[in-house]
Amino acid sequence: MPAPIRLRELIRTIRTARTQAEEREMIQKECAAIRSSFREEDNTYRCRNVAKLLYMHMLGYPAHFGQLECLKLIASQKFTDKRIGYLGAMLLLDERQDVHLLMTNCIKNDLNHSTQYVQGLALCTLGCMGSSEMCRDLAGEVEKLLKTSNSYLRKKAALCAVHVIRKVPELMEMFLPATKNLLSEKNHGVLHTSVVLLTEMCERSPDMLLHFRKLVPQLVRILKNLIMSGYSPEHDVSGISDPFLQVRILRLLRILGRSDDDSSEAMNDILAQVATNTETSKNVGNAILYETVLTIMDIKSESGLRVLAINILGRFLLNNDKNIRYVALTSLLKTVQTDHNAVQRHRSTIVDCLKDLDVSIKRRAMELSFALVNGNNIRGMMKELLYFLDSCDPEFKADCASGVFLAAEKYAPSKRWHIDTIMRVLTTAGSYVRDDSVPNLIQLITNSVEMHAYTVQRLYKALLDDISQQPLVQVSSWCIGEYGDLLVSGQCEEEEPIQDEVLDVLEGLLVSNLSTPVTRGYSLTAIMKLSTRFSSINRIKKVVSIYGSSIDVELQQRAVEYNALFKKYDHMRFNLHVLYDLVSLLFQANDLLDLLGGNDVVPVIQTTLPTKPASAGGELLDLLGDLSLSGRTTVNGLKIEFTFERANPNPNIAVITIHATNTTEADMTEFVFQAAVPKVITLGMSLSHRAPATPVAGRAQCALTKVARYSVSSGTLVRLASGLDVRCVKKQCGWLGCVSEDA
Amino acid sequence: MIKAILIFNNHGKPRLSKFYEHYSEDTEQQIIRETFHLVSKRDENVCNFLEGGMLIGGSENKLIYRHYATLYFVFCVDSSESELGILDLIQVFVETLDKCFENVCELDLIFHVDKVHNILAEMVMGGMVLETNMNEIITQVDAQNKMEKSEVRL
Repeated sequence: MPAPIRLRELIRTIRTARTQAEEREMIQKECAAIRSSFREEDNTYRCRNVAKLLYMHMLGYPAHFGQLECLKLIASQKFTDKRIGYLGAMLLLDERQDVHLLMTNCIKNDLNHSTQYVQGLALCTLGCMGSSEMCRDLAGEVEKLLKTSNSYLRKKAALCAVHVIRKVPELMEMFLPATKNLLSEKNHGVLHTSVVLLTEMCERSPDMLLHFRKLVPQLVRILKNLIMSGYSPEHDVSGISDPFLQVRILRLLRILGRSDDDSSEAMNDILAQVATNTETSKNVGNAILYETVLTIMDIKSESGLRVLAINILGRFLLNNDKNIRYVALTSLLKTVQTDHNAVQRHRSTIVDCLKDLDVSIKRRAMELSFALVNGNNIRGMMKELLYFLDSCDPEFKADCASGVFLAAEKYAPSKRWHIDTIMRVLTTAGSYVRDDSVPNLIQLITNSVEMHAYTVQRLYKALLDDISQQPLVQVSSWCIGEYGDLLVSGQCEEEEPIQDEVLDVLEGLLVSNLSTPVTRGYSLTAIMKLSTRFSSINRIKKVVSIYGSSIDVELQQRAVEYNALFKKYDHMRFNLHVLYDLVSLLFQANDLLDLLGGNDVVPVIQTTLPTKPASAGGELLDLLGDLSLSGRTTVNGLKIEFTFERANPNPNIAVITIHATNTTEADMTEFVFQAAVPKVITLGMSLSHRAPATPVAGRAQCALTKVARYSVSSGTLVRLASGLDVRCVKKQCGWLGCVSEDA
Repeated sequence: MIKAILIFNNHGKPRLSKFYEHYSEDTEQQIIRETFHLVSKRDENVCNFLEGGMLIGGSENKLIYRHYATLYFVFCVDSSESELGILDLIQVFVETLDKCFENVCELDLIFHVDKVHNILAEMVMGGMVLETNMNEIITQVDAQNKMEKSEVRL
């Protein structure tokens, strides 16, 4: 067989390949040659072949058949062979192949080899890919080498020890005696790796941490020497003496000083010194300063030092170098919780970073800005953040929008401002707003009673401009349906639309391609609701009947039910001043269950029940409608309270208790409660204490409770429509309630 | 801890790949491709830090990279490493390569990938920084090369 080609030849050949297929062909040919060469057990060329194999492995081709060959190379006497063999072992082998255990003996021998470079190779390989078994077997050898005076081997042994400790934490104790005089080394390489070893031990074990606290003075001294030593050519990087070692020591000091007053005390001086003396013109200086700042913030430093640290970070923010700005923002984010006021001072710089071109910096700046918002700066900050929302990339919009909502909720100075802000978000980033914010917004709008006219006016305006952003459209149509009368009645300051125009807009939503099925549902409901507020009933009737044959099942069902209202219960329609508004009863099941956290805490939502003219049909004590999460309403003397509890044995069951109180003089009879839920939740209703037909005496505090047990799995949307049908002695009422299935 | 060190060119061809955590061969190739995809999108004047891609640990890990002429040097690290420190380390690595190969260029890395591995082995071991002094590294690498040469002569 001709001698296998050299690695260089192979590389040259592969580079001449013009297509991937050609390359694959060449590689396969060479693999075949290598395989037959391996079978011949040729010692001379094995090294060359494995080198070629490693190259092919890097390009992505399978090379597992070379694993055993690597082992043979490691066992060879030649340094060249061992070098390639160990490299191959590190690249091709790992714990999951049983083959790797065969290396253990070779490594053991090599750890005791006469040549330091061979020992170095063995340490390197063990430290890279040694499995727990190997580490257990060889830990003793490593420990021996940790005590040698050869600095080349000592530093390698230190890192190897770190790996051993990571794999087999119980062996940490074993290395303790060897660490005694690690820090008195002169060689920086050894110092560096020793500090790494000590750091690892302190992070893993609180006992070790306590033990090593006494090293703080020694570490401080070493650091001092580094700073004060002046120019030392061997360790110099851009004019600073061994910055890597300085950074490492600072990190170890951080771990040692955390939550310990004495150590922190001992470090204060040196930290101040480093912070003030380090040159910041090059990256190395900044790396040291950055580490110093992190250390100061983490230990129990005195306040003057902390202010110094934050000011350094503030300076970083103004630096031209993007990397520095990035790390500054990252660290400020970490410290904003603890040193809020100090960070506030740099707010304007942080807000400027929102305009940076770099995506990473923008993200950090956005997170930090939200953390800095408080009651005092809300107006200014919100202006900047809304501007950011306008102009930022789509990947940020969702997070920014939610952040704005949260901040507005917490710190809004006035309701009008709050609503304006929400409007702004909906119009600029409407399609990125999260789905659950629609019901939250509706709730918010419902609560601000005095703003209804203003809100519906503005939302209507926004709808005229743009109907593509679904959350905006949904909120707007709900509001128009609810407050349409305010819209056309002239309560707003500007020119009010007429009824037909409003209906035009809503119908437009129904037919538009941009509207999702959910949106269509909202607008159909809104149109229906307007039938009690507007006078153009016929038009509404027509629209509703058209959709009775819509392809969309949900729309169809609604339209059919609304149609029925027109036909059979027209005399009551007026009294259904709020039709069951399924949407406003939308809530997440797990939100509900969260509410049930402790006792029957009930967040009371104001329900708006404008009075309606009583028609001849009598008053319908219809409590369908704006019963958001819970309700406490009084209609015509009947006070209803909903309370929610979590069932004890099974937390997936929500127990809804309805207390009804008759506050009028007259008796009420035939109190029937019915509830409807979608199929996803099962409803079990238990009888009340009183039979439905028993009259409830006037002014009686009714102990009538209907307990509805809903079993929900968390995460499902629950829609609840409920209706109460109460007959008064004197008056006849009817009831209408419908159910809409949740998709 | 350094999770991986990758060198690839402007077209995504790997010139060196060293992983300090175990991944299967396929995953390794995918990581190289994904990293190239993330890093090549970056502008010239943005910062040198990126969140890690999905395969290599997502937002737990960071990609710290430097672009020299036709090559990207990418270090994937976790939160225990100082970002600015790693940037300096990349610089030291490249300067060392420059000294060893005399004005290093991509071809040197292509034809002497094993030598690059040897140099790297003197700097980073098991995912941790071993030696940062350029002269020290070069001395040790030279001594080992001399040993190899003397064996060949025998």
